[in-house]
Amino acid sequence: MELVVHFRAAVALLGRFPALAGIDLDVAQGQIVLLRGPNGAGKTTLLRACAGLVPVVDGVAEVLGADVRRQPRAVRGRVGLLGHSTGLYDDLTVAENVRFWGRAARADAADMAAALRLLGLDGRLRDVAVGGLSAGQRRRTSLACLLARRPQLWLLDEPHAGMDAAARDQVDALMHQAVGQGATVLFSSHELDRATSLADRVVEITGGVALPEPAPAPASAPAPAPEKVVVDVA
Amino acid sequence: MWRDVVLVAERDLRIELRSRVATNQVAPFALLVLILFAFALDPDTGVLRTAAPGLYWVVVLFSGVLAVARSGSLDDTDGIRDALRLSGLPPAALFLGKALALAAQLLALELVLIGAVAVLYDAPLAGFPLLVATCLAATVAVAATGVLYSALVAGLRVRDTLLPLLLLPVLAPVLIGATKAFEAAFGAEHIGGWDWCGLVVLFAVVYLAAGHRVYGALMEG
Repeated sequence: MELVVHFRAAVALLGRFPALAGIDLDVAQGQIVLLRGPNGAGKTTLLRACAGLVPVVDGVAEVLGADVRRQPRAVRGRVGLLGHSTGLYDDLTVAENVRFWGRAARADAADMAAALRLLGLDGRLRDVAVGGLSAGQRRRTSLACLLARRPQLWLLDEPHAGMDAAARDQVDALMHQAVGQGATVLFSSHELDRATSLADRVVEITGGVALPEPAPAPASAPAPAPEKVVVDVA
Repeated sequence: MWRDVVLVAERDLRIELRSRVATNQVAPFALLVLILFAFALDPDTGVLRTAAPGLYWVVVLFSGVLAVARSGSLDDTDGIRDALRLSGLPPAALFLGKALALAAQLLALELVLIGAVAVLYDAPLAGFPLLVATCLAATVAVAATGVLYSALVAGLRVRDTLLPLLLLPVLAPVLIGATKAFEAAFGAEHIGGWDWCGLVVLFAVVYLAAGHRVYGALMEG
């Protein structure tokens, strides 16, 4: 299967601190991969490095076939990053924010309308200025902007943070929908039960390196299939 | 690319219309400074009339710095710079779009200030082709330089105080050229007004070209 992310001994510095200290990571197309680890392990840096926002100074770093170490801009426009900050204009309404980021990515009007609808933002909230929204509603607006752009690789940094139960279900459904449309999802989360059941693979990160993944369980003692949550968001 | 330029300019102007910073803060500040100059210099309008071109452009530059700072701050909050870098928008389109929106605000401000100078300083408005050409060239020069330097200081904790310190000396040729052109237009000096206007045009072209070229690198920094 085609590799969407291929990192080998990749090193990224934050100042002089090696936030990624020779990390190895392969992610195949269509996978949902959870990055797990303590605070400061390098999860956020890894997601930002995949987006070409943090320079990789050593090793191999390829994302969507582009060498992000040498040409970090080559991958931008094809990845979508939901970070800790929202990337929204407070003085614009929810719909105006989605329209701006959607049009910047050449999204069509139908995709933008669908993004608003899927995240429950097509009603009263549609014409509310983002500055007046709660943290969870802002996060949903960011996700709508991301969804309208239809990125090939979704990079989600704690996507469930600050959201209520219904919105968390919507996030899970969105990840499945993205994968269903051929995209790949790499995300971090501290909500381990929910995130582990959502992911196809779990990658443990500590100290800027990925720990070896456990070998598959022997055939005689099959592990129970991960529980899948299917949410009807219509 | 022009589609993206319009998209960015439209966004900045929409935000400005919502927040009304230019109309409620920048324009009143500019008028206040004009009035303070009138108090400080002389009640006799002769001095004010003579100094009107220079005072006008000093006020335009001071209030222009406020507008530039506001324009830069729009893209410097809550992860917007990262989102712009990932948006796929060409950096040149971002630069030109922001400069276009800023230029529109500055032109509106200059129009208000021209009226104020005529009323408060009894300035003899004449030579309209030269006045209009100088205003247009100086506006483009201030907008292009402002967007470039606001990207340079973006993300710094001291950006609000550093921006005027960097920007005002750089804009000195615009101040001199536009003032001389206005003096010629007002008939106060028998000098080549169009030559001074040409200097401002040259400045505007240089900074437009520089911004088009290096804005992407500044966003990365």
